[in-house]
Amino acid sequence: MDFSTLNPVALIASLIMAATPILLAAIGELVVEKSGVLNLGVEGMMIIGAIAGFAISVETDSPWLGMLAAVLAGASLALIFGFLTQFLLSNQVATGLALTLFGLGLAALLGQSYSGMKPPSSLRLDIPVLSDLPIVGEMLFRHDFMVYFSLLIVVGVWFFLNRTRAGLVLRAVGENHNAAHSLGYNVVMIRMGAIAFGGACAGLGGAYVSLIRVPQWTEGMTAGAGWIALAIVVFASWKPWRVILGAYLFGGVTILQLNLQALGIGISAAYLSMTPYLITIIVMVIMSADRRRASLNAPASLGQIFHASH
Amino acid sequence: MKFTTTLIAATALAFSFGGAVVSQTKAGFIYVGPPTDFGWSYEHDQGRLAVEEAFGDAVETTYVDTVPEGADAERVLTQMALGGADIIFTTSFGYMDPTLNVAAKFPNVKFEHATGYKRADNVSTYSARFYEGRHVIGLIAGRMTETNTIGYIASFPIPEVVRGINAAYLAAKSVNPDVKFKVVWVYTWIDPGKEADAANALIEQGADVIMQHTDSPAAMTIAEEKGIMAFGQASDMMQFGPTARLSSIIDNWGPYYIDRVQAVMDGTWASTDTWDGIAPGMVEIGAFSDRIPADVQAEAQAAADAIAAGTLHPFTGPINKQDGSVWLAEGETADDGTLAGMNFYVEGVEGELPQ
Repeated sequence: MDFSTLNPVALIASLIMAATPILLAAIGELVVEKSGVLNLGVEGMMIIGAIAGFAISVETDSPWLGMLAAVLAGASLALIFGFLTQFLLSNQVATGLALTLFGLGLAALLGQSYSGMKPPSSLRLDIPVLSDLPIVGEMLFRHDFMVYFSLLIVVGVWFFLNRTRAGLVLRAVGENHNAAHSLGYNVVMIRMGAIAFGGACAGLGGAYVSLIRVPQWTEGMTAGAGWIALAIVVFASWKPWRVILGAYLFGGVTILQLNLQALGIGISAAYLSMTPYLITIIVMVIMSADRRRASLNAPASLGQIFHASH
Repeated sequence: MKFTTTLIAATALAFSFGGAVVSQTKAGFIYVGPPTDFGWSYEHDQGRLAVEEAFGDAVETTYVDTVPEGADAERVLTQMALGGADIIFTTSFGYMDPTLNVAAKFPNVKFEHATGYKRADNVSTYSARFYEGRHVIGLIAGRMTETNTIGYIASFPIPEVVRGINAAYLAAKSVNPDVKFKVVWVYTWIDPGKEADAANALIEQGADVIMQHTDSPAAMTIAEEKGIMAFGQASDMMQFGPTARLSSIIDNWGPYYIDRVQAVMDGTWASTDTWDGIAPGMVEIGAFSDRIPADVQAEAQAAADAIAAGTLHPFTGPINKQDGSVWLAEGETADDGTLAGMNFYVEGVEGELPQ
């Protein structure tokens, strides 16, 4: 076997690219779940972000405005979910699934006239000085802006949840919404905020796919990334740092299996294709093996309907 | 996930059939991807539009897109048949068994299954000899590659795809003995993210020409971005790679669809097996890019002309199988039966064919 053509530097660069949309969607969903809401509509919000970002970029010729539109579109869709679940008290699982179906259909409709177009070129950001470093420079400092931004969001979320009073309140709402309510916190509005943030992140993740990773619009192009993001939140046991680990691990295995195939390695391609999913399942089993720890990590009010009756 | 559009379209379909005029002939189509994919499903939809154009109000066409291969297809087909379709085109290999199952329940509805090999009294099969096109672009790829490495993004290990790899490889090898093929199986017809990742992986490993047997133009987009070369697949894909695109294999289904719908209208429809290539125009070779030197263009054109004239068969011996055993002796050409069920690589293709 000739491994000399396997370039680890290029491998890591494409790994990061494959992982970034999942990372963005997962960190948003993490905040939503921390507030005690389970939104299964990630895939729908991503695809809406993908088409909104693509359409606005094409119309305005500005990828920045496209990204902004994706954020707004993802958040708007999420707020529909928020309105239904928080004010009309609908079932979160059913509403989330419906949101995915709705998002996929709406995106297909909106995107009809955008197939076959090219978006303005992506936002590369070679960090000065650092990008000139040998190996490390190419691996870590020659990405598009969104890669760094996604990592900044993770840092921000970690800081917010663990180091700020507002983050503490959000976690309290997720752990025991009745207690938070009796302390005078507005459970519904806090959750609406978290849901909007989750939608914005998912939208951004979708736009990353349609503007940077592939640059084109095709119906259903997120192809299940939203579901992977949901799995990664559990995989990460609701810890922001582990979301990075989960997303990069998933991206890494995906890229590696394609590269190993190109190398002509003698393992059946079917096994290689299933590895990313297999590893996700295995790690989730390991993570949840210790029942006490797993239940400590999951927000206690996750998925429960809050009704302020007193 | 993808069944939303299917669901909505199927419902709409049921209603539209319900209210239609009786004398119209109704032709239904199901696609594996969106008709806007600018690849496989796009060309089938162009064929559908050609039918509409040709018959005007005499024929009503409907389609359901993004239908998953498998049980869901059976539901959509049943819905179409119940809705009064006279002829239904099922345009992906994976619809084979669903087509047969539904056809058995609706003996008066004619079915046309693309790229399959199972027929019944009311099920015809049709396909194009894409391998003839693969031969032509294989020649170009072999001449144009500088790294002697050609990347091939393959969908599923089915005969049609394997045949394409073998045809392209043999052609490339005939003009460039040093050429190597790297094949990546993505196990999907359409997933732009994965197709793009596969293209990137191939480029990282030295491929400077990409061929694909998947439906979206993602690989072409990446080829353009990375400054390498690629070929349009199923559709021209020029707009995705104005520099990268060397040529393309274009599927032209329109004439066949018009013929078959006409046969239904005339009552002359019979179960047949059609496998047309460059000569009748079912497979077209897209315009050559200016990047290709004139002599290579001439060579490729000559090959296409010879295939059309029947003087050249892309699978002409001596050809050995990958394991070294003899497949075709000197001067012998492959028969359609073997080609239709091709489940082996020819000698020289590296890697193991997934079974």
